Order: sequence, then structure tokens, then C-alpha cells
Amino acid sequence: MADLLADYSLNDAAYNELLDTDGQVRPHWRRIVEQLQRNTPFQLQLRQDLLARQIQENGITYNVYADPEGADRPWELDLLPNVIAADEWQVIAKGVAQRAELLNQVLADLYGPQTLLADGLLPAELVFGHNNFLWPCQGIEVPGATYLHIYAVDLARAPDGRWWVTADRTQAPSGAGYALENRQIVSRAFPDLYRDMRVQHLAGFFRTLQETIARQAPADGETPLVVVLTAGRLNESYFEHLYLARQLGYPLVEGTDLTVRDATVYLKTLAGLRRVHAILRRLDDDFCDPLELRIDSALGVPGLLDAVRQGRVLVTNALGSGVLESPGFSGFLPAISEKLLGEPLLLPSIASWWCGEPPVLEEALGKLPELLIRPSFPSQSFDPVFARDLDEPQREALEQRLRNRPYAYVAQEVAQLSQAPVWQSDKRCLAPRAIGMRVFAVAGPNGYRVMPGGLTRVAAQADAEVVSMQRGGASKDTWVLGSRSTGSESWQGMRPLGVADLVRSDPYLPSRIVENLFWFGRYSSRCEGNARLLRIMLSRYVDDDDDPRALEAVLSLGERLGLLPDGEGGQTLEQRLEQALLGDEWPVSLRTNLQHLIWTAGSVRGKLSQANWQALLELQIEAQELEVQQTDFGEALDFLNGLVMSLAALSGFALDDMTRDDGWRFLVIGRCIERLQFMSESIASFIRSPMVDDQSALEWLLELGNSSITYRTRYLATAQLIPVLDLLLLDDQNPHAVLFQLRTLLNSQARLVERFDLPASSKLASLERQLSGFSLATLENSLFGPSSVRAVLNGLAQLLESIAQASAEISDQLALRFFVHVDASQRTQSS
Amino acid sequence: MSKPQVINDEAEVKLARYQVIHDTHYRYSAPVSLAQQLAHLVPRDCAWQVKHQCQLEVSPKPCMRHDGLDVFGNPLTRLVFERPHDTLKVSAQMRLDVLARPAAVLQDSPAWEDACAALSYSGTALPADLLDASRFRFQSPYVQVKHNFAKYSADCFVPRRPLLLAVQALMNKIFTEFTFDAVATQVATPLLQVLQERRGVCQDFAHLMLACLRSQGVAARYVSGYLLTQPPPGQPRLIGADASHAWVSVYCPRQGWVDFDPTNNIRPALEHITLAWGRDFADVSPLHGVILGGGSHDPDVQVTVLPLTEDGAIAQA
Repeated sequence: MADLLADYSLNDAAYNELLDTDGQVRPHWRRIVEQLQRNTPFQLQLRQDLLARQIQENGITYNVYADPEGADRPWELDLLPNVIAADEWQVIAKGVAQRAELLNQVLADLYGPQTLLADGLLPAELVFGHNNFLWPCQGIEVPGATYLHIYAVDLARAPDGRWWVTADRTQAPSGAGYALENRQIVSRAFPDLYRDMRVQHLAGFFRTLQETIARQAPADGETPLVVVLTAGRLNESYFEHLYLARQLGYPLVEGTDLTVRDATVYLKTLAGLRRVHAILRRLDDDFCDPLELRIDSALGVPGLLDAVRQGRVLVTNALGSGVLESPGFSGFLPAISEKLLGEPLLLPSIASWWCGEPPVLEEALGKLPELLIRPSFPSQSFDPVFARDLDEPQREALEQRLRNRPYAYVAQEVAQLSQAPVWQSDKRCLAPRAIGMRVFAVAGPNGYRVMPGGLTRVAAQADAEVVSMQRGGASKDTWVLGSRSTGSESWQGMRPLGVADLVRSDPYLPSRIVENLFWFGRYSSRCEGNARLLRIMLSRYVDDDDDPRALEAVLSLGERLGLLPDGEGGQTLEQRLEQALLGDEWPVSLRTNLQHLIWTAGSVRGKLSQANWQALLELQIEAQELEVQQTDFGEALDFLNGLVMSLAALSGFALDDMTRDDGWRFLVIGRCIERLQFMSESIASFIRSPMVDDQSALEWLLELGNSSITYRTRYLATAQLIPVLDLLLLDDQNPHAVLFQLRTLLNSQARLVERFDLPASSKLASLERQLSGFSLATLENSLFGPSSVRAVLNGLAQLLESIAQASAEISDQLALRFFVHVDASQRTQSS
Repeated sequence: MSKPQVINDEAEVKLARYQVIHDTHYRYSAPVSLAQQLAHLVPRDCAWQVKHQCQLEVSPKPCMRHDGLDVFGNPLTRLVFERPHDTLKVSAQMRLDVLARPAAVLQDSPAWEDACAALSYSGTALPADLLDASRFRFQSPYVQVKHNFAKYSADCFVPRRPLLLAVQALMNKIFTEFTFDAVATQVATPLLQVLQERRGVCQDFAHLMLACLRSQGVAARYVSGYLLTQPPPGQPRLIGADASHAWVSVYCPRQGWVDFDPTNNIRPALEHITLAWGRDFADVSPLHGVILGGGSHDPDVQVTVLPLTEDGAIAQA
């Protein structure tokens, strides 16, 4: 113990979660401290490492908006949970449930009769001045008068031990999914403790959410289809959207996946439109409908608001609920609680001064250096500022700003956060850090149910007083102790599923996802071909001894395929190769294609397995390393070797790891089309060249078709034209051969024809017959001399070129049939 | 958005009768597969306007049409098109009378500071008309509330000046310092740019004036409508030569809502025909929609305002 707490200093000004004022471990922490003492620091570090590895494996990330690339940052989770005693939790839970109820009633009033404004209990400035007060939503009746289905509140514990509200989250509160994920990881790190301490489970919260949505959705006798609406993968908590969608069993969709017809919301799937009965939105409400709300929103669903108005779809939280996130409301809540609930507000808010009233403004200005100044509305271009951090001129400017538009500012007391122990990997001991706790409530049939736990956020630095995931803090699991409710708490599978419920494919796969899987297949195969060709070019270039004509031939192939810039701009070969590899201005450089691949992969992340995603992450890291590569072709070659292997792993996942649904079929078709085009064009171009009998040229052709080893084991000889062509063209057991790919494509196409009642295209089938009927013996027939061989080769080249063209046509046909509505551009117009 | 000449305001005239034709014609370069449109093309009922007739013809026939009121009380027509179409024509035709309004005596209005204070939160109950006016005191999609606008209008809002005199001074300032320029701006031109370049059309001037007023704390709304214009001397009135017009209305605790037209530096009377009002153009644009497909498209908008004689014949200019 002495070791673990060696670095653990008590801060007199802050409440300490672990130790009481005498430095003694608080009773509800004793069990956990005893357990920690039984471990050596080394063992604890192992557990923390395990945690970090699990986070990486699960792909838990948090996006930072400030990053122009929208790059994911791994979620940070501390080994130790924060522990809350049962009796203390009762007080918190009661207060949070009451506040959720109160805020729900405030919303019902603001979007209804607005008596709170007329009676002077709330300033009109705070409501009408807020960009998330959505006028078109006024007068809309929502099911069960529930506006807030999920509510979150940020709490801080004052030095006296009481919890205070620092912020309300009513728009689309995030964090509940992260809390669940944290729980799953930390409980596995301390399985015995978790069981012995009778930590309360979180599952009931999510079950209540499902039940409430199912109860309130206008199902019209159908089984309700619920979707999770996300702003997309650049959103800071996209991982959570994905995770929640998986845990709750709802499809994750973007605005363009939905359409409104006849005031009814539909999901666009390959098999047609499917009615959506409820939307769990993670998109800010003003972005939800470009017809009636923000007309500049490209993320929403035009007509959604009218579907809500007509009672055809449930949206949670109700559109317009974001208005309550203004920090200005909190000072008015005690009086509103007395008025609406007839009882005092249980959870106090941190002291705040809404500056819209002249005496309040003066009071706030009088103690400005002690206060945190926050904007009343999110539309303001003003970041919260601690007045104590400002110098005299800055403080005067701030004062002027407040006087110019007082109602737009709220002054808050600076919260003195409590401190909890965190594991320090570098020192291998515990240290105190400031924490805040986000607690969640969900609307149930008899009032709000509070999640027994929550997301504890930890300040990034030892002396920091702000907790924010955006600013780089970590998180903790939150353990609420107490008696567990009896009965099973597993919430998946609310009703027993029988044979009648069996499903063999995802019926709610949005067309957009399928299109992206198709392009994911194409780009992964394109990158592979591209990388192989570049590897051949670079290795022949680096390796001077080789036949210079072989280099010439592969370079001219690269030019003809459009992968290598021609030398007409006067560039050296070295510059051209570099451009083909890394070129920013070269549209088909390997780097550009890799970026496309990673982009499309990100948009189908929900369809990829954990391991597959992991392989992609590694690919991304490799691609980033490529950015810093200089002109050292030796290193570039190493990179290409690694890349070809990673891409092969990707294709392995596609074959081995995905269910054979429509999405998978399109992925395979995408791969096939790309490989067919690449190999057909390459071989056609090769056999039209004078190099057909050149041994080193044939060697690289085998390498391009990834068939060198097969060739060598079969023939134990140097490369010669007829066996090379057999292996790369006609061998239907070689997955790199043109005929193999052609047949795979035909099979997949036949499945689609059958499933979607498409007109069958005979062109590809007739090309397949021609190719399989081609006899290499015609090349041996020297009856008419070399000119007849040339004629046969030219004919073969022509056939291959037709195959390449036909596969491109198939791509266009599929796009026209399945994805045309995905691509159609949506725009707003006003006149 | 023409810069019209205004007919002399003749005090003894108590009523003006009009026929207005407002045609909007979209010709799309690619078919539109799905469209949802909101039309604010039916004039709202108000004390100084009597609507005799109004019809909205839409081609192609929409799959769904619903006529109702928006949250600000304006007539709103919702149209949905679910079949592919490459043109859209919406034609509004209306006949109505504009009645003379009692002229507000500007100097009788309360000091502007008091008018603003009456709207500000004081912890006491807010009467219905003040609560209604409060809707129009804050930032809205096209109207920012910023110090720049307060600064620009500061010399109009001198201490203790009666509110409506201050508003008139602001209208005059905008009229004098800004140039009407039909090509200078688009709907999306940011107001700060309008303020900097000192040119724009009626919509910009209305938005700018609203921004100044709201930045001072005054409640003011955007009015969409039409204006009777005079053809050049000796020439006949041309069909389609007019345009939509926009002006502002200011709330004064004593006099109620009073209109001001910064484009013409006048207070609207018998020549201004009111369609709808809201916080700004976004709330009441005559035809606003979201379409799927369509390619490039610029609408052809034609507005004709015809003065009628009392028996309904077209008056000769």
C-alpha cells in the first residue's frame, strides 16, 4: 500500500474520492485497495496494458474535430473504476430522475403553450435567442409527451462532498455507449472484485431505452424498424454510434440512407424501400431536415419534420430538445420545479449568473475574476473563458462584450472538481486527478430510470481543472455499489427467438453501405495491382543488372495502363516513379488509391469484423509512413512488400470473415471487376508488345499475376510464353487467372440476376466461352511462320480487351440499377 | 427585386385594388426524381388587407398538396412530387384590396431604450403581444446580431430618441448610403459583406435593417410582398416587369407594428401588398424546396402587379 500511494498527495481544497480528510481509505474503496495491494506494480501495469490492447482491438476511438484529417484517437481508459457507495448513489439517482422529468416538462411547455415565458419564469431571450429553438416544431405533439428519451447530466463534486450539476445534455447525449464499453473492459480486468463488490449492472438502462422506443413508435401493426441516425464518421463520437447500433440491434444509417414519401420515412435498401418507425438520432436536431430546419444541412432527411408532425415516425430525442443545453437555464430551474412539479429541485446547479438582467450582470461583473464565462447559445463564436486567465485589457474587452449583448452570456462559478486515483504507467503507482461524472437517464413507463454508473472523465494533467474528452482527457468506469436487482440482467434477446425468427441476411442493409462495399472491393484490388506493378518497376530499376529491355517493357505497360506518367513533361524516370507512388497531382498514384481505400473502408466499418478493421488500421499506419518516405527506393520497395501482404490479408478477411449477404457479393464483384480489368489489360498489352518471348519480361508478368511460385513448382524451368499464358489466362484453378475471375464474376452476377430479377447480360458469358475455347496449340502451329503466331496473339489481345471493357460495363450497369438513388445529388432551392 | 419608383402617396385615398400574378418556372437540365416544396404565395390576412380571390396553380400535378398555416400564421402550401419531372411551374394569382392604415405618429413613440426594456426579461409576466414580438428580437438564419450592426446604427439610436424616429433615421441612413444593385448580391450573400460593400437589393436592405434593429435590442420582422411600380413615362405596363419585394416591420409597445421600406425610404401604405412575415427570408421565401437530381437550374420568376379600378377592370396608367 505504501508503494501504491507513495505519490498520492491530498489536496485540501478538493474532495478526495479515495481518502477521507484524515487520509484514511473511505469504506467503499477498501475492498478495491486491498485487492490492488495483493498485486505488484508490475502486475497492475500488465492489466493496464491489457486494457489498452483491448481498446485497440475493439477499435474504440474518439474523433477530434480539430484534426483536419478527422483522424481517430484511441479512447483512453484508466484501470481503476471510480467507486460510489450505494446510499450516496440513491441521492444522485433521485436528483437526476427528477431533473430529467422537469426538463421534459419544460420542453413540453416551450413547444406548446409557452406559459413559462408568459409567466416570467423563463426569459424569452434564452429560448428565442437560441439557435436550437426550432420554431417549425412548435405545436407538434410527440408520443407520450416525451421529448427527452435520453438525458445526460454532467456532475462535479464540491469540496463539501455534494454533487453539483455543471451542464445538461438534452440534444443527443453521448457517452452512454462509451460507459458500457468501459464497463465491459474494466469488469474483465477485475472479474473477482466486480462480482464481490456487487457492482450494479448497466444493461437495464439500454433495455428500457429499447422498450420505450418500441412502445412509442407508431408501428401501425408492424414490427417497428428503429435506426440510429449518425452525422457520419467524422463525428467525434462516431465509434459510439456504431457501438450503440450494434448493441441495440438497430441499423446505423446516415441521412442519405433515408427518404420521406407520403410523410413516411423509408430506409433505402437493395431490395427497395423499408418503412422506418423510429429514429434514435445522434445528429443535432437543426440539421435533421433541410426542408424546414437548417436549409444548408446536407446531413438530414428532407421532409422528416412533416413525418413527425403527422405522427408517422418517432424521433428520439424530440426535434428541438437541444435548446435546453444553454447554461442560462439552470438558474431558473428551482422556481420552475416548484411551479411544475410542486417540489424543490433536488440536485443543485453550480452557481450561475445569466447576464440578461441588469442587476445580475452587474453582480457578475463585480466578481468577474472568479467566474467562468460561457456563451448562452452554441451559435456564438465565443469559447468559454476563465476570467482569471485574462490580463487587464482582455478583461475589459470581455466586460464590454458582456455589456453589448448581456443576454448572450452566462457567468458560472468555477467548479472545484473532486479527485480520484488514477494508475500512472510511468511511475507505477496511483496519483490523484480531477474528475467529473456524466450520468444518464432514460424515459421509462413510470418516469425516468437512471443508469447506475456512468462515464467518469479524468483531467488530462495533474493540475488541470477541466475534464473534456476533446481536450485529451481519459475516462473511467463508474462502479455503483449496492444490492443488485434479482433476476437475470442480460438484456439481449428480450423475447425468446424461434425458428420463425431466423434470418440469414441483414434485411436492413442500406444501399449506400452496399455501394461502399463494392468500391471497397474495387479499391483493395486496384491497390494490389497497382502495388505489384510498382514493385516490379522499382525492383527492376534499382536492380541494374537485369535485362534493361524488361524494365522498358514494364514501364511502357505502366504508361499504357495510365499508372505511370509519361516522360513528356521532361521528368526523369526517377521523378515519374516517385509520382506514380506518391504524387499529389497524379490522380492515380498509389497513395491516392490507398486514401480512397481507407476512406471507403471507414464508411463500411460496421460491416467489417474487428480483426478486419484492425488490419485496415495497420494499413493506414503503413500508408502514413509512406508520406514521409523520401526518394529512397529501397525503403519504398520494403513498403510495397509489406503493402502487398496487408492487402492479401484484407482479401483473406473478405473470403473468410464475412457472411455471404448482398453486401459481401458486391464486394466480391468489385474485386473481380478490378482484377479482371487489370489482368486482361496487362496481358493484352504485354502480348501486343515485341517482348512476348523475352524471358525476364515473362518473369515479371508472372510476378504481376502473383503466380511466380506456382509456375516454378509446376515447371521447374524458366518462364516461357505458352505455360505462362496457360497459368495466367486459362487455368481455372488459379485465382489470379483471367478465366477464374471471369467465372467468379459470372457466378456472382447470376446470383444477382436471380435475386433481383435483373435482365441477364449475355455479353460476358459469350466472352467466357471464347476464352475457355481458346487453344494455346494455335501458338505452336508454325505452319504459317511467325506472322501467324503474331496474328493469333493479336486476336487474343483483342479478346482480352473486350473482356476488360465488358467488366467495366458491368460496373456501370450495377451502379445504374442499384446505386443511382444513392448518388443523386440533393439540393435546396429558394426563389 | 427591382428598384421601383413609388407612386405619390395621396392621403385621401382609402383603398387600392390589385391583381397580382406571380409565376415561378424551373426548367431543370436533368430530371428531378423527388421534390418537396414549401410555398408562401397566398397572402396572409391582416387588418389592412382584404383578399378577394387567390389561386395557386401547380404543374406538374403534385402527389400531395396541403394548405395550412406556418408557425408565424402565414398561409403555407406544402407540395410533394414523387414522379420524375423536368419542369416545375407554380403560378399564383390573387386579387385583393389594400386599405389605408392609420398613420403612426413617429414622435409619439416611447424612447427606444424604454421600448427595448419593455421587451427584456424582468422576472415578471410578459403580455401576449410582447411575447409575440419577442420572437423577432434575435438572431435568425439570415440576420446576425453583431456589434458591427449596432455600431453602424449607433448615430440613429441617440439617447432617449423616440423609437420610431430612430428607426426612420436608420431607414434613411441605409437608403442614402447604400446603392441598389441587382447583380451585387445573391440570397446567400453574408450581411457583413453587404455592410462592407454598401450595395444590394431590397432583401439585403431589409436584412441589414433587421440586423441593426435587433443588435440594438428592437423587435423587428421581415415582410415579404409586392410593390406597385410605375412603367417609364409614355410606355405601357409590361407583364412580368415587377418583382417580389421585402421590407421590415418594427414593434413599438405603444403603436404596435409599424412598417418601413428601406429600399425606397418610405413607410408602406397603399402600394405595398403583404404576403407573409417571419424572422427573415428563410421563414417566408415564396417557394423553397429540396429536390433530388435536377442538374443546374435557375428559376424564371415573373411578377406583375396590376392596379384595378373599383369594378375590377385594369386601371390605365
